[in-house]
Amino acid sequence: MSFSNIDTMTEVSVEQREINDVSSTILQIKDLNVYVEDHHILKNINLEIPKNRVTVLLGPSGCGKTTLLKCMNKLTDLYRELEVSGSILIDGDDILNTSKNVPSIRQKMGLLSQRPYPLPVSIYKNVAYGIKLKGIRDKKLIQYSVQKNLEEVGLWDEVKDRLNSPATSLSIGQQQRLCLARGLAVKPRIILADEPTSALDPISSKTIEELFRRLKKHYTIILVTHVLRQAIRLADNVVFMSDGAIIEQGSPDELFNNPQTDKLKEYLVEGN
Amino acid sequence: MKRKNIEEGIFKILSAVASYSIIAILAFILLIVFVKGFGALNLDMITKTPKGGFYYGGEGGVLNAIVGSIYIGLGSTVIAIIIGAPAALYINVHLIRFKKAQNVVRYFLDALWGIPPIVYGAFGFTLMLYLGMNASLIAGIITVSLLILPIMVRSFDEVLCTIPKGLHEASLALGSTKTEMAYKVMFKQGFSGFITAVLLSFARGIGDAAAVMFTAGYTDLIPVTFDEPAATLPLAVFFQLSSPIPEVRERAYASAAILTIMILVISLVARFVSHRYSKSNIN
Ligand SMILES: Nc1ncnc2c1ncn2[C@@H]1O[C@H](COP(=O)(O)OP(=O)(O)OP(=O)(O)O)[C@@H](O)[C@H]1O
Ligand SMILES: [Mg+2]
Repeated sequence: MSFSNIDTMTEVSVEQREINDVSSTILQIKDLNVYVEDHHILKNINLEIPKNRVTVLLGPSGCGKTTLLKCMNKLTDLYRELEVSGSILIDGDDILNTSKNVPSIRQKMGLLSQRPYPLPVSIYKNVAYGIKLKGIRDKKLIQYSVQKNLEEVGLWDEVKDRLNSPATSLSIGQQQRLCLARGLAVKPRIILADEPTSALDPISSKTIEELFRRLKKHYTIILVTHVLRQAIRLADNVVFMSDGAIIEQGSPDELFNNPQTDKLKEYLVEGN
Repeated sequence: MKRKNIEEGIFKILSAVASYSIIAILAFILLIVFVKGFGALNLDMITKTPKGGFYYGGEGGVLNAIVGSIYIGLGSTVIAIIIGAPAALYINVHLIRFKKAQNVVRYFLDALWGIPPIVYGAFGFTLMLYLGMNASLIAGIITVSLLILPIMVRSFDEVLCTIPKGLHEASLALGSTKTEMAYKVMFKQGFSGFITAVLLSFARGIGDAAAVMFTAGYTDLIPVTFDEPAATLPLAVFFQLSSPIPEVRERAYASAAILTIMILVISLVARFVSHRYSKSNIN
């Protein structure tokens, strides 16, 4: 066997691995049920989230999208009334039933909520917060990472002269990008975004959307949105929910151009 | 249309009357206290302790009571913060998933808040005797701290309640533990509210007479150690006001004026601080 042969072989195998990687599952939800007393909020959810893709969750208001997202990083802990059962696997850990340290599993996911919630500290410290929680103490490293992540969301030039001002002094659109930057700074692999543009003006929304388009090369994005056009622009994979259950899922083309169920047809008509 | 206007007008007048009468009452209190105490309001009052014959109109001032009140106010505030801050955080962080327990704790705190200070005084007195202590600075501090503890915890609690759920979620999602969330995020977010709560509790602490009457005692000296008795301004007012001698009664009003000024200053500081911090922190 010649050297060139070995080279081509390894090349092929690297490529193959990447392809496998891309189509592999990063997060797996099995038999997830959520109740509040007698109210069944999530009904037997089984879902696989493909890696490095944008998965869009669609569905009418109150169908359980936010609750599903909160289950994924166990923020349901904050709500006693929610009874959660089932399993959610990430890297072989079941976040719902793990004995491992939940905060470190949560760091595998970045959260972007409907409204920005900047921490009550400076712009700089907002981004540094999660980095420090990872145990990184090296000032230079933190500084570097803060700058890099602010650049990533296109905020660096706007804030580099006032890194020590309170984060709340930024506009809402800037705050949302700051929240994204601080989420990215902990190097998550998944971004959970719950209607991240619904409180924003059109231009800030567009910026966030463009960011997502760039980020999806390196991150898995799970996006809840009510804006169908946004879903069409961003989605690789669409999950349609109604009344706590997954009704249909597939590629945007399949769902938007060829909906199978009446519920989805109705939603698409009303949503537009 | 016209009727609406008349209704609107009447309502406006009633609200205005209510608001201005509150201001008028405050002004009236200040006026009485200052007019009646004016003759005795001099530098001696705040720089000297009572000399011989002070209570018969002799020389001296109420520095002993001013200092005693400040000591008791500070001491009890510190104790109440040390116990109160973790308690309030506990209610809001660890009990967050146990609504019933939260409600029970809040109910008890509200009940404690409603108990009159004289009952705290009686309790403190019993406790003091049981421990074999005398009326002293420390006994006064402990009793007043019991009195202001529920006020402090509930005010902290109210501040923490106004912190949006989204902020809790954000800090947990970044990888905080609940304790880190409490101390790094919620504490900062609520800072101005906490300062206000602390200052108002302090004001309550220095203004109370019933809780210190049997526990701190009264003395013409400034206490140097915790086991010495301590004078307080409310009691200085009380004792001097019951005197038959007009000069002494005038001094009672002057003491009341000093106490009132101290409390007004504290609430002004509270306002200033909370205004400043809320401007820089909360949108
Ligand atoms: N903590 C809770 N206590 C009681 N009911 C809850 C709780 N959280 C969610 N629910 C209920 O669960 C259902 C799903 O709520 P969820 O917020 O997940 O909907 P959603 O799909 O995100 O809606 P929207 O599009 O309006 O944001 C709703 O009926 C809601 O009232
Ligand atoms: Mg929602």
